[in-house]
Amino acid sequence: MTDKVLAIKAENLSKCYRIGLKEALPDSLSGAFFEFLKSPLKNYRKFRSLYTFDDCDVEAEDLIWALKGVSFEVGRGEVVGIIGRNGAGKSTLLKVLSRITSPTSGAAEIRGRISSLLEVGTGFHHELTGRENVYLNGTILGMRKTEIDRKFDAIVGFSGIEKFIDTPVKRYSSGMMVRLAFSVAAHLEPEILMIDEVLAVGDLEFQKKCLNKMEDVGQEGRTVLFVSHNLPAVTRLCQRVILVDGGRIVEDGPPGAVVRKYLNAEQGGGAAQEWTDLGQAPGGPVVRLRAIRVRNVEGEVSEVVDIRSRFGIDIEYEVLQPDHQLLVRFGLRNENGDLIFVSFEQDLEWRDRPRPRGRYRSTAWVPGNLLAEGMHYLNCFISTIKPETNQVGEYSIVAFQVVDTLEGDSARGSVGRKIPGVIRPLLEWETRFEAI
Amino acid sequence: MREGSGSAGNCRPTPVKTDGKAMRTDAENTHITLIKPASGWGTVDFRELVEYRDLFHFLAWRDIKILYAQTVLGFAWAVLNPAIHIIIFSVVFGKVAKVPTEGIPYVLFSTVAVIPWTYMSQAMTQSSQSLVQGQNMLGKIYFPRLIFPITPVLARLVDFGISMLILLGVSIYYHLEPTWNLVFFPLLVVMMMSVAAGVGMWLSAMAIRFRDVKFAMTFVIQLLMYSAPIVYSAASIPPQYRILYSLNPLVGVIEGFRACLLGLPMPWPYIWPGLFTTVVLLCSGAMYFKRMERVFVDVI
Repeated sequence: MTDKVLAIKAENLSKCYRIGLKEALPDSLSGAFFEFLKSPLKNYRKFRSLYTFDDCDVEAEDLIWALKGVSFEVGRGEVVGIIGRNGAGKSTLLKVLSRITSPTSGAAEIRGRISSLLEVGTGFHHELTGRENVYLNGTILGMRKTEIDRKFDAIVGFSGIEKFIDTPVKRYSSGMMVRLAFSVAAHLEPEILMIDEVLAVGDLEFQKKCLNKMEDVGQEGRTVLFVSHNLPAVTRLCQRVILVDGGRIVEDGPPGAVVRKYLNAEQGGGAAQEWTDLGQAPGGPVVRLRAIRVRNVEGEVSEVVDIRSRFGIDIEYEVLQPDHQLLVRFGLRNENGDLIFVSFEQDLEWRDRPRPRGRYRSTAWVPGNLLAEGMHYLNCFISTIKPETNQVGEYSIVAFQVVDTLEGDSARGSVGRKIPGVIRPLLEWETRFEAI
Repeated sequence: MREGSGSAGNCRPTPVKTDGKAMRTDAENTHITLIKPASGWGTVDFRELVEYRDLFHFLAWRDIKILYAQTVLGFAWAVLNPAIHIIIFSVVFGKVAKVPTEGIPYVLFSTVAVIPWTYMSQAMTQSSQSLVQGQNMLGKIYFPRLIFPITPVLARLVDFGISMLILLGVSIYYHLEPTWNLVFFPLLVVMMMSVAAGVGMWLSAMAIRFRDVKFAMTFVIQLLMYSAPIVYSAASIPPQYRILYSLNPLVGVIEGFRACLLGLPMPWPYIWPGLFTTVVLLCSGAMYFKRMERVFVDVI
């Protein structure tokens, strides 16, 4: 790293928030009355303590260290992804670096003009027209008026709402507003760009357009810090990934290795759902769902599955009324909402056979090198037949991410860019050659 | 927190240092931002404010446009609002209470006071709420926070300009001739804006932590109105309290406007103490604001 020109150099950044202790509740009416009289003084002290850290006792119980001694360097032109679970400190790090809030201790030096995008459409006002909002939002993001004048046609063209540019945005659909807002953001030309999960907006068509734009930005030699949950996007766009947990940097390195580490550390979460209380479980008097789990090849519940390896889907259910034939199935949808396939329970032992009461667990193994990268959502149905009646019908009940760690042995081969397509099977290829 | 100077880049050994000259150009062209814990009293970075002048422009435009959005009368409200006050005051204090005005027709007497007062009360109220209303933006993007309380001070000038139409009408009716006193008009406008900005900075920085400011504002504005010679004449204050009285910057502003527009001798004894307070208010407001600035986002 020493042979690079630095764009960002952070040294020992820490950020401490005081969350305030639980308020003591008075236990009597007279106590409540007395508390009420005292409350202005108490409130004053409370508000004051929110920002005074003179007594900043590191171990104080009402303090939260959102960042703790974070140091890293980013070279000019590097595209760095920051990943980590919710509350790990990713956003706080970005807020400190983009000067929205100041660190409690530590320092950072940033060389180059910064633009930060923690939200699209900051400052948009419903009463203003699209044109006025473009100018307002653009200047808020740090552009000059002359710069916006120059890019105005491109911005409007990118958003695709030329016809409505002089209409107040309150008449826009929310999708149109987001498109316009994103178009402004997409035309920022800072030397350093910091982005926080803003790609999770807008319709899918537009999201793709934005991701492509992001890819361009990265190739133009700009420095980009990219906080995201979208692991496929991070792996594809970034040359380097920083994993943050508990306010510290846990791992810093090439995307494949860091993403894998993150995935291993992630246990369960959105990849499993269980209903311990039968009354609350989805279903009816005949059958109720007890659990759904996504398991990786090692059999562990995992939100992330490697694109190359097979993974299992567990469906646990309880039959409450005997003598029904059941049709158990699940469907997978991708993040665009396309249904990829539906799979019916295929165990011959139970086919066309009335089931006794009891608890069942059906596991399906989905082969590796089948699904494409990205989020997948699982729907689960159980119905009785003759006539076919749905007993359980749950949509997007669990979600998991299919990830390509870019090690070269997946269907992607050595292709680095985003690959379209609903599935990505690894096919047998054969190329014959004849010299002419 | 603040923009560093170019020299900051030299403290750190730059690995690609080839020769001194190349490095200097690099340091000159690169925008360097230093992020460090804010401590003590900050200073106002005027250069940065100038850099963001386009933002002032568009935020002010937004303020102006949305204030009268979806109203039937639109900008007519900028005239109606002070006009109605002038009528009420003229009836209550001029006709009923017969407040002495040293021979000036009461309508004229109150017009020249109500117009700057309307500006100041609106600018102060909006400025004090500016941060609370902009809190969404506060947490999402960085720009100099001082832009928040200053924007209403600029935006309301448009209303002020429009409401001068009333003065024009009244002056024509009373055959008022312009005098050389009008050269002081810009000074008074600046003073009026400074008072609003000073109060705005103080109260907006307070309001982000203590939302009580919003409720207190109604009374503060009323109190300020009666503390200034708007419905009565400053001459009715006993002479021994005059200095103390004129430390209130509103007194100088209102009496100044009155003299400047009606062609009376300029009341400097009222203006100087007020000017002093204005400067104190403006500087202390800016300092307090800069000091509180670093915790705004954390206390929303």
